[in-house]
Amino acid sequence: MTLDHLIPFLASTAGAATPLVLAATGELVAERSGVLNLGVEGMMLVGAVTGFGVTLSTGQISLGLLAAMLAAMATALIFAFLTLTLQTNQVATGLALTLFGVGLSAFIGRGLVGQTVERLPNLSFPVLSDIPFFGPLLFRFDVLVYGSIALVLITGWMLARTRLGLIIRAIGESPRSGHAIGYPVIALRYLTVLFGGAMAGLGGAYLSLALTPMWVEGMTAGRGWIALALVVFATWKPRGVILGAYLFGGVTVLQFHGQGFGLAIPSEFLSMLPYLATIVVLVFISRKPQTILLNKPMSLGQNFRADH
Amino acid sequence: MIDRAVPEPVLPSQPRLQLLGISKIYPSVVANAEVNLTVMPGEIHAVLGENGAGKSTLMKIIYGVTRPDAGEILWEGRRVTIPSPSAARKLGIGMVFQHFSLFETLTVAENISLALDEKTRPAALAPRIRRIADEYGLPIDPDRHVYSMSVGERQRVEIVRCLLQSPRLLIMDEPTSVLTPQAVLKLFESLRRLASEGCSILYISHKLDEIQTLCDTATVLRGGRVSGTAKPKQETARSLAELMIGNELPACRLSPSTPGEVRLAIRHLSLTTTDPFGTELQDINLEVRSGEIVAIAGISGNGQQELLKAISGEIPLANPGTVQLDGQDVGRLDPAKRRDLGMCFVPEERLGRGAVPELSLASNALLTGYVPSYGTGMLRRGLIQTGAVRDFARQVIDRFNVKCGDNSSLATSLSGGNLQKFIVGRETQLSPRIMVVAQPTWGVDIGASMLIRQAIIDLRDQGVAVLVLSEELEELFMMSDRIAVLADGRLSQAVPLASTSVNQIGVWMSGNFAAPNEEASDHVAA
Amino acid sequence: MLRLELRPEPSRLMMFASPMLAALAMLLTGSILFSFLGQDPLQGFYVYFIKPATTLYGIGELLLKATPLTLCGVGLALGFRANVWNIGADGQLTMGAIAGGCVALYFQDVDSAWILPLMILAGALGGMAWAAIPALLRTRFNTSEILVSLMLVYVAYLYLSYLVHGPLRDPDGFNFPQSKMFADAALLPILVEGLRTNAAFLVALLLTVGAWFFSTRTFAGYRMQVSGMAPAAAVYAGFSEQRNVWLAFMISGAMAGMAGVGEVAGPIGQLQPSVSPGYGFAAIIVAYVGRLHPVGVLLAALLMSLLYIGGESAQMEMQLPSAITGLFQGMLLFYLLAADLFIHYRFKPAHSSATRATPVSRGEIAS
Repeated sequence: MTLDHLIPFLASTAGAATPLVLAATGELVAERSGVLNLGVEGMMLVGAVTGFGVTLSTGQISLGLLAAMLAAMATALIFAFLTLTLQTNQVATGLALTLFGVGLSAFIGRGLVGQTVERLPNLSFPVLSDIPFFGPLLFRFDVLVYGSIALVLITGWMLARTRLGLIIRAIGESPRSGHAIGYPVIALRYLTVLFGGAMAGLGGAYLSLALTPMWVEGMTAGRGWIALALVVFATWKPRGVILGAYLFGGVTVLQFHGQGFGLAIPSEFLSMLPYLATIVVLVFISRKPQTILLNKPMSLGQNFRADH
Repeated sequence: MIDRAVPEPVLPSQPRLQLLGISKIYPSVVANAEVNLTVMPGEIHAVLGENGAGKSTLMKIIYGVTRPDAGEILWEGRRVTIPSPSAARKLGIGMVFQHFSLFETLTVAENISLALDEKTRPAALAPRIRRIADEYGLPIDPDRHVYSMSVGERQRVEIVRCLLQSPRLLIMDEPTSVLTPQAVLKLFESLRRLASEGCSILYISHKLDEIQTLCDTATVLRGGRVSGTAKPKQETARSLAELMIGNELPACRLSPSTPGEVRLAIRHLSLTTTDPFGTELQDINLEVRSGEIVAIAGISGNGQQELLKAISGEIPLANPGTVQLDGQDVGRLDPAKRRDLGMCFVPEERLGRGAVPELSLASNALLTGYVPSYGTGMLRRGLIQTGAVRDFARQVIDRFNVKCGDNSSLATSLSGGNLQKFIVGRETQLSPRIMVVAQPTWGVDIGASMLIRQAIIDLRDQGVAVLVLSEELEELFMMSDRIAVLADGRLSQAVPLASTSVNQIGVWMSGNFAAPNEEASDHVAA
Repeated sequence: MLRLELRPEPSRLMMFASPMLAALAMLLTGSILFSFLGQDPLQGFYVYFIKPATTLYGIGELLLKATPLTLCGVGLALGFRANVWNIGADGQLTMGAIAGGCVALYFQDVDSAWILPLMILAGALGGMAWAAIPALLRTRFNTSEILVSLMLVYVAYLYLSYLVHGPLRDPDGFNFPQSKMFADAALLPILVEGLRTNAAFLVALLLTVGAWFFSTRTFAGYRMQVSGMAPAAAVYAGFSEQRNVWLAFMISGAMAGMAGVGEVAGPIGQLQPSVSPGYGFAAIIVAYVGRLHPVGVLLAALLMSLLYIGGESAQMEMQLPSAITGLFQGMLLFYLLAADLFIHYRFKPAHSSATRATPVSRGEIAS
């Protein structure tokens, strides 16, 4: 293994990690408020197809990203309406959202297959980008790679230090108490679910606009589910998401760099790695019930209805 | 004197709060019907009533949690609507809930910060919390996480939280149900002090003695209506009880008996819990003999859950000898195998643990009735014998006078008292050798309570070994042969009822088991 | 203004009516969608939802596609009732197909009646083996079975892809990624001449009845129901959670595995890179629309099968995109979940409830 292989490997890790960082951070906020949305995969797909379609027709990648967020938020709104207003089971509704998203994105994207757009450009910083080794490693990414890390930091600060974060944590523990002292639990949960939708949409659009600038049916290939696993891996703390996502990013791109590293394994087995890694990581984290009990939002997955 | 359901006439000073004709109707029940209530400045006003009389609903209406369907609220003479708790707080109303509205994973300061309408950072709040806490003799540490605190400490947090907003009306919903008798006295001191500064206090309780010691005026609710107002200090406990219940208090009898052999033994039981919010048990020792009722007093959260689950088998134990049934080591057996040895168990949660809410009563009979040694014939070769299941459920319903449609009614459609009768009835009907009952009458009205207590006493008279855990000292003194206290995960020795007193048990409940048994002679069965 | 209020008891009527309502809402939305796509909504409705069932061949196809949906759906429903969330049926189906397929290919030259039973057994075992992983990890390490079973779907797809690109590829197959065609002895017998419906449908019917008996009459079924409805009550009663999780996964894994054999030994006749158009996922919808009741699942599977076939015929006759099928599937489940609201709630006009309520009689107020 040489440096020539290592730098592109590490650099592409960031690309593979970014959609996971975005989607997992959004889901994390929703889960901290007590809502388990298993529809991340579906929302990402809707974001991916919308972002791609709008970019293709307007030529504006920023419009594409915005549209992706809005479209995924719209599907998140369906989920929120069902679980928060109509009190449906969160697990079942999340599954429905994923299945719906798979169908909807395939339907919207039927004319988009085989087309391509200009990918999200990499930034270039004067001087910094030209530093040997560190330049390509740290200073030649697109805006969302940096943005996603900023997002994690801001989310972490918001949850830990601000009043809004305090309230979100509080209703995630006990919506009943939150309601009793006068916080609009349902409205806040709508907000966090929509935020989760926006971030999943952005993560999906990153796939179709930056990672592989095209639309393929089901192109998320389970990344939404891996994002859900990442939230558990991070024990519901934003900073853990970065670590986890980059770990998974590395495992995901290994299949493209396997040859370079001299791994003589059929490509299918390398492609299995992210999924198997998810399972291994989940086992590792869940093995001690205390870890989960201490960190998991206590009302996660449970519906709440104000009784008046 | 008692003037029934007539609002007070014009008074020299203006009332702080007046409720006029407040009604609240839920789909299956009228919670409040035309309730009138007047609270004066600086007055400690009791709202007295049985479980289910509508007290809590009324308080939630005043605090803006629930909206009334009819009626008016006057605050210091002005007509107001209180759409939310924050609106209530703006008026100057504070409330300490019966089931705490604290967030366990947050610190005291974070909790208090959440409940204040002014947006103060938790860190900046800490000194103010300390000051108020000291001023009213309610010591708390702002930086502690709530899950690490005892129930008494949590209540202090709730009170301090209200006091920080200098309320002019403080609502206390059953505040003493979680306190030791000594802590109750301290609480009363703080409340009197507050009242003397002009703050009105609405004190919700069903405990007559407390109301007589503390309150100036009482409004009594029965079935959602005001059944009268009174000056508690001028009333007898009996006349108050009559207002509250409407007829005379029934009583149950405990005839002397000689206990037989040891049926349930707990030996050196220690338990480190996997639940970070749970309590650890430390070296628990206890014996329950045939034909006696042993009571375990103590406030929930002191290891009650853990002890019960260790006895029932819901938490498996590492050491088989720590729990013995009829001399047999059962520590590693699951609940089904322990039941097979003749144990029955009534848990404290009815819906969701003692019974499955969305299943019929018949199906709920099968929940524990399936155990082969009970001989109910509900199962044959793994198949459910519907006829036997229904017959059993019918017998329980008849014998314990469970008010329900029939055995196909869903458990969730029953009132708390009736469901508890069904569960106690089910476990009794299974002819246990050892019976464990947790909180037999929590939230159950007096009539059903007496029936349940009598059923437990009957079991004892038939030679069953009975273990009862309860928060209600009064109840335990009514129906037990020996009593022990569980505090901080440690169990005191079990002493004969005749050799102890409510005060003694109260001291033990604070965790001080070493205190001498001084008042043994002048014990009163409360 | 209308407000929702809790019904005193769940409505039995709505329990049956809500899947119908959901299907109706889906059909309605479908028709609107057709006109949105520039088609005559009535014509679209007819071609999509009616026409497939008007010919004998169409009905045969309906039953053919309903078979894997029923098999997977019935198994999943038993698990969902017990709060065991196996959402990886498509992976178990794939592994079942691989296991059954391997048997067929291994005994390529043997012409014997025991090959098919052996394939079905192998398929069931393959599905169970795949389902055993999430079951083991949940019971042993407390790991979310949702995520594990889902991850394993992708692993199974990739494994099948590896097999048909590598070791099991037909050497005379012009390099197409597929295995040899199975011998006749390894193909399921056709039920009616001229149709493609095969014996797997009978197996599905039989297992549906068996599942119904299991869930209503046996104590094991009762235990699973209790642990789904009230986990704490199950622990209190002494029902082992581990046993329930294992049982749920083994049953649903075996049935999904058999569904896989039904595909490769039925309409497909060989191993291909993909053996299922997502039947294992559609079965989640089928399980819910079928009220988690075996007989309901059978009916829901027929409806879902209609969606697949209608999608195909609409594509052929009206050039409607086939992706519309997936859209309808997702919509159906959304509508169902929404309609289910009325099982526990009903609308009440504001201010009229006072006259209907009964006064306190049983001391049952929320105190």
